[in-house]
Amino acid sequence: MTRLLPFPLLSAALFGMWVLLTGFSPGHVLLAGLVALTIPRVMLLLKVEKPRVRIGWSMVRLAGFVLGDIIRSNVAVGRIILCKPPARRSGFIRLPIALENRYALVVLAVIITATPGTLWVQHDARRKIILIHVLDLVDEEAWIALIKNRYEKLLMDIFE
Amino acid sequence: MIQAPDLPLWAAIIVGLFVVLGAVITLVGAIGLIRMETFYERVHPPTLGMTLGTGFVLLASITCFSVMQSRPVLHEVLIAVFVTITTPITLMLLARAALYRDRSEGVQDVPGDFGDEGDD
Amino acid sequence: MTALVLALAITAAQILLGIAMACAAYRAFRGPRAQDRILGLDALYLAGMLLLLTYGIQTGRTIFFEAALIIAVLGFAGTVALAKFLMRGEVIE
Repeated sequence: MTRLLPFPLLSAALFGMWVLLTGFSPGHVLLAGLVALTIPRVMLLLKVEKPRVRIGWSMVRLAGFVLGDIIRSNVAVGRIILCKPPARRSGFIRLPIALENRYALVVLAVIITATPGTLWVQHDARRKIILIHVLDLVDEEAWIALIKNRYEKLLMDIFE
Repeated sequence: MIQAPDLPLWAAIIVGLFVVLGAVITLVGAIGLIRMETFYERVHPPTLGMTLGTGFVLLASITCFSVMQSRPVLHEVLIAVFVTITTPITLMLLARAALYRDRSEGVQDVPGDFGDEGDD
Repeated sequence: MTALVLALAITAAQILLGIAMACAAYRAFRGPRAQDRILGLDALYLAGMLLLLTYGIQTGRTIFFEAALIIAVLGFAGTVALAKFLMRGEVIE
């Protein structure tokens, strides 16, 4: 299995993309299978470290949290833009992080940046600190607690 | 130029509502781009259009084409996946470039470096 | 009746997206710094992509979807190249 499909997720993604782009016909499904079988082999040359993912409820919960947070912060940022509350203050926060898995950090970076109002700026692997810019910085501790309790635990569950 | 696809009532309501909602959210984000004062505040508003704005317009498009061709048409999902993966990368790179320039010019109210560069 | 309301809704959305593009273009022209211009350009790409998708809904043709996908891909590559240029002074090291 690993010799035939070194990167099953990548193969599945390529297959899905090919079928979605060309329409569902037998010939194209065959071609998509061929592409999914051969192209991921190129990745072997890069010698990437394989992500170990535990598939389970944590993933569903993470997706739910992300969706909910995106909708909530869309409304919050929209209100800030339109009403412009005078007392608002934005700033950087330094957040200590225990995650070490590179893929988990990537997912966390995408989540933090995709949520309006927060932006991942920099990560220091040695001191395990990340730098985040927050648009509506009311309580620094609350932000740190939110990210640590909600996302970091789930990501540790999924990766590693 | 006023023209519309022929859809049943329920689909027309969904498509119309979602298209307008997505456009309004994107517009709010673009207005924020003008109204915010500093660059680091300005990075945030465009994410509105990138998340919910794109999401609503794509949902409208999926509904419209699925009803018209009476089979699930899902290729819009590709754009959604692509936008969610790529926009964080562009914003992060841009913020880091801005931070780098501000630091090298000695602007005061940006945080200093962590010492050695140790990011990826 | 349904078609008329839907057509009006789509046209309204297109006008709103056009205004959003104008806002983004204003930021790209005004600056004040290079990073602001790139940010405006990125927002412009995104609003343009959404505008193409609404045209696709309006006419019922999938060709607009492909154009939107290309804008998404090229917009990403362009913004990344520009941001990299700001950071290092060159695109390919």
